[in-house]
Amino acid sequence: MKTGWQRGLIELRQSFTNGPELFSHFLWPVLMLAALFFLRHRDFGSTGFLLGALALPSILGMNAAMGMVSMSQQLTADREDGTLLRAKAIPNGMVCYLVGKVVSVAGGLIVDLAILLIPGLLLIDGLALGSAHWFTLGWVLVLGLVATLPIGAILGSVFTTARSQGLIQLPMLALIAVSGIFYPLAALPGWLAGIGQLTPVYWMGLGMRSALLPDEAVVVEVGESWRHLETAAVLGLWAVAGLLLAPIVLRRMARRESGSKVAERRERALQRVA
Amino acid sequence: MVLTVDGLRMRYGDREVLQDVTFDARPGEVLALLGPNGAGKSTTIEILEGFRLRSAGRVEVLGVDPAAADERWRSRIGIVLQSWRDHGNWRVRELLHHLGTYYAPYATPAAPRPWPADELLAAVGLTASAGQKVRTLSGGQRRRLDVAIGIVGRPDVLFLDEPTTGFDPQARAEFHDLVRRLAAEQGTTVLLTTHDLDEASKLAQRIVVLAGGRIIASGTTGQLTELIAGEDEVRWSVDGRPFRESTPDATAFVRALFTRYGDAVGDLEVRRASLEDTYLTLVREQA
Repeated sequence: MKTGWQRGLIELRQSFTNGPELFSHFLWPVLMLAALFFLRHRDFGSTGFLLGALALPSILGMNAAMGMVSMSQQLTADREDGTLLRAKAIPNGMVCYLVGKVVSVAGGLIVDLAILLIPGLLLIDGLALGSAHWFTLGWVLVLGLVATLPIGAILGSVFTTARSQGLIQLPMLALIAVSGIFYPLAALPGWLAGIGQLTPVYWMGLGMRSALLPDEAVVVEVGESWRHLETAAVLGLWAVAGLLLAPIVLRRMARRESGSKVAERRERALQRVA
Repeated sequence: MVLTVDGLRMRYGDREVLQDVTFDARPGEVLALLGPNGAGKSTTIEILEGFRLRSAGRVEVLGVDPAAADERWRSRIGIVLQSWRDHGNWRVRELLHHLGTYYAPYATPAAPRPWPADELLAAVGLTASAGQKVRTLSGGQRRRLDVAIGIVGRPDVLFLDEPTTGFDPQARAEFHDLVRRLAAEQGTTVLLTTHDLDEASKLAQRIVVLAGGRIIASGTTGQLTELIAGEDEVRWSVDGRPFRESTPDATAFVRALFTRYGDAVGDLEVRRASLEDTYLTLVREQA
């Protein structure tokens, strides 16, 4: 457990000390902040709320949910280059590997959120933050991560190559589209809104809005309520399902890993390059 | 016995990859699995590593079936694979030190685990690269790091799968020296796979020759040469015209040559079958 924790911290430090990764940590937050900066005075419809203020928490929620994608991508990449097989070859390697991965992905995410949130709070008007709000932010974030990271691990076990990994990007974009992040759910057709409300992405966005917006902004939401109970219930369900399923899928995947499998995938990757 | 393999079989669908493979290894012994590509060497070593489930037969490593082994068993096994390029972002010393900590709970007075990172880096000749990122290492350096990781837990058994593929002659000689030292000084039992006969005969006390999923010969280098008498090559000339013939019995052949041509025989040369020839004959007969 301690070893896994150390592993996560080392990986986290690495991802903030090399050029390309550092660049990607800052690229999206900066782009989104720029977009929000230009939207900051625009009203949202006739509600009297500022569009920038509505969008920032939603984007935070979405980014947090996207930890799922980076989890899944890193797992696939580690499978391709043999990191996972190495973990299998050393005592307690698999457990430490997973703990390390959760620490580094979750840690990286929290840093990314801070990079977006802190300047966001300074640039954008119409956000409200009290101590109760910080508490909401905290629990939504933690529960959201517990709900999404195991799903990411499952997806990462199912896809064997970085190439097939690309396939999950499309459904992911579709999910974001119906998750009320950029467009209020109330404005979507009922069945689409229904699908949206099954995903953790919607609930994480909602939770973030409830934490960062003034109470009056609730009128924009479905049923004019922050629905904290439902948020906890849906995210909790995803978390339980993920935590039950992930060890089974991961164990299955790990059992199949071997030197010749890694070599095979490498051959295929080289052929693609050639 | 540290390794016992008895009647091992492996089948994928209706394709037999291994048939009735039987061999064993004593403590501190270096054993080579020699054979052409596709002979079943990697499959055998992966079953012993506990990475692959066998179809039938009895397999024991350190007295335990690898398919049912626990983490304590794992801590006594070292593995060096062919194609690792993991942990590219880590620095050499950092990675070695980190992976070493996994073995600390399994230390015993007889086997202090892990092997201190700096000492180990010196042993494999990587001290100068300690601060480098793993992905910037050359092929030979990367391989030496893989070996260092394989032995950081002071394993009782070390598996090396095609360890010197892509090495230049000097790197190869240094690597051979390292493996011999491990077996001699640490008492590590080493099982390596190779398709290079020269490597097998230099490193291993015993060689198991695998072809087409079966053991076709096994023994020391000397025993293998005796086991299958290869054909000797005789070259000579009569009246300045050169001749060449392969024969199982060079002495009788040369006697007959002198009886027939007497003084006209010149430039006589007899070349004994080398181990290389023996091996190629073996493999060819199998194919």
